[in-house]
Amino acid sequence: MLAFIIRRLAQAVVVVLAMVSIVFFGAYVVGDPVWMMAPGDATQEQIEEIRRTFGFDQPAHVQFLRFLADIARGEFGRSYVHGSSAIGLILERMPATLELAFAALVFAILFGIPLGLYAGLKPDHWFSRAVMAGSILGFSLPTFWVGLMLIMLFSVMLGWLPATGRGPTVNVLGVETSLLSLEGWRHLMLPAINLGLLKLSLVIRLTRSGAREASLQDYVKFARAKGLSQGRIIGVHILKNILIPIVTVLGLEFGSLVAFSVVTETIFAWPGMGKLLLESIQRLDRPLIVAYVMVVVLLFVTINLIVDILYSALDPRVRITGAES
Amino acid sequence: MSGAAAAQRESGEFGRFAARFMEDRVALIGLAMLVVIVLAALLAPWIAPQNPYDLARVDIMDSRQPPGAKAGEGFVMWLGSDGVGRDLWSGILYGLRISLAVGVLSGVLAATIGMALGLLAAYAGGRTETLIMRVVDLQLSMPSVLLALILVALLGKGVDKIIVALVAVQWAYYARTVRGSALVERRKEYVEAALSLGLSHARTVFRHILPNCLAPVIVIATVQTAHAISLEATLSFLGVGLPQTEPSLGVLISNGFQYMLSGKYWISFFPGVALLLTIVAINLVGDRLRDVLNPRLER
Repeated sequence: MLAFIIRRLAQAVVVVLAMVSIVFFGAYVVGDPVWMMAPGDATQEQIEEIRRTFGFDQPAHVQFLRFLADIARGEFGRSYVHGSSAIGLILERMPATLELAFAALVFAILFGIPLGLYAGLKPDHWFSRAVMAGSILGFSLPTFWVGLMLIMLFSVMLGWLPATGRGPTVNVLGVETSLLSLEGWRHLMLPAINLGLLKLSLVIRLTRSGAREASLQDYVKFARAKGLSQGRIIGVHILKNILIPIVTVLGLEFGSLVAFSVVTETIFAWPGMGKLLLESIQRLDRPLIVAYVMVVVLLFVTINLIVDILYSALDPRVRITGAES
Repeated sequence: MSGAAAAQRESGEFGRFAARFMEDRVALIGLAMLVVIVLAALLAPWIAPQNPYDLARVDIMDSRQPPGAKAGEGFVMWLGSDGVGRDLWSGILYGLRISLAVGVLSGVLAATIGMALGLLAAYAGGRTETLIMRVVDLQLSMPSVLLALILVALLGKGVDKIIVALVAVQWAYYARTVRGSALVERRKEYVEAALSLGLSHARTVFRHILPNCLAPVIVIATVQTAHAISLEATLSFLGVGLPQTEPSLGVLISNGFQYMLSGKYWISFFPGVALLLTIVAINLVGDRLRDVLNPRLER
């Protein structure tokens, strides 16, 4: 087990290093950041001055090493637009994004597993067919357009839910959350549904195929022959066995929820780090972009690592085949 | 074998393939939708009541008219008009052209690059394979929307840059798929036969292995093209995609966003429906192709 964790950890470090290099050579070598920092009417001397101050006159490998050293110290430079520490700005916005992604995941699970179970256990029922057709639609619908339609329907036409912003937040142990007030929930509802819809289709499909497969297994037949109630067979025997793949996939998908929140946050003016990234892209605020990428890559690698380790703990076969290869 | 016999066998195979494709009613509807959409996009200049980008024909007095209103020039704007008085139906027809062109072009480029690298990985093996597949894994572990956003952030705006970003997020799927099937094909006897006949490696790979790897590529290509169209629309909606001079469906939806809260839903709604129908049509066709081309389901 320890060897497995160490090997995975080493892989994670390689991935992070690779991403750091790509981001560095993308952001700092392809374009010349001096042009963004210098005022429009700067003289040649002033431009040279900026270049020297920030070390842009050094050869690429020297800059790269300095960049690595800065990152190791958690220093990503200052945002050109906000003037404060880039990483600080990202971390400040992070709770809002994580809250949204988490709410979206819970939404997908709460609705996806029952619907998927139903579709898997009664595949010929009209409702199951409707659910499956809906899940194809869920894969095809572009997230941003669904968001617009949610605003149109629930905010503009029906006036039930607010369309923008996060609403009032409550400070719990230093973290702002909107989960503790009714107004906060009302603000969270539409963005969470918007973001969760894509994963809802995924959960439905995973649960359905798992349930279909499991319901043909001998242990289910045996449980039925023993006279167990249908509810117990589904709730205990089937669900337990199909949860492993669902949990794994959802764990991995959490990262993609954070990534897709860029779109949802922009539509609903949700003050998370995705919205910040988009603003930074539009204003060419490179330190913020680099800091965002690094935070998200780190998040991804950590999630993958945890899921891998959990998976190998749940299913010993992974560990053994992993060691052989 | 004579050429005629070969041609007949080819058409026989295609006929069987087409017949199996047609068995599914939903897929047929998807195909019909797709044909209509592509024709509408190709024929846009002839069937649109207005060239929405000809400034002489657009009247600012027509702006933000609801669906069914009459334009100053006399035709009925069945889907309403946008913020500067362009007929939305015409705008959608022209927008489809751009959306489809960007999606298909990026798909073709990504497929070419991905297939070449996938074949190289499978055929060369060793370090080359490890290197290529590591890059593929790294790439596939990042969500495409994020990767595209970052690339656009680094490259800047413009049609060529969007296509580069779309190619960059797609090629890895092709590479992985082609490598998978090429690895299987490589061990087959016909490859050994071709090599022992003294055919060059290039000829063996491109004339013998590649054609046998194409079935899964076709499936991937449909799914990826739908994905690329959706991704371009997303980027354009976010304001980092195509510029206003290339008004794809995403740009149209983005333009309508500001009118949404005042209840003028149609400016965003109808281009979105067009986008949705396009993606659904491609996905339905792709779904059926997967079933028909999958050898494991062969009866």
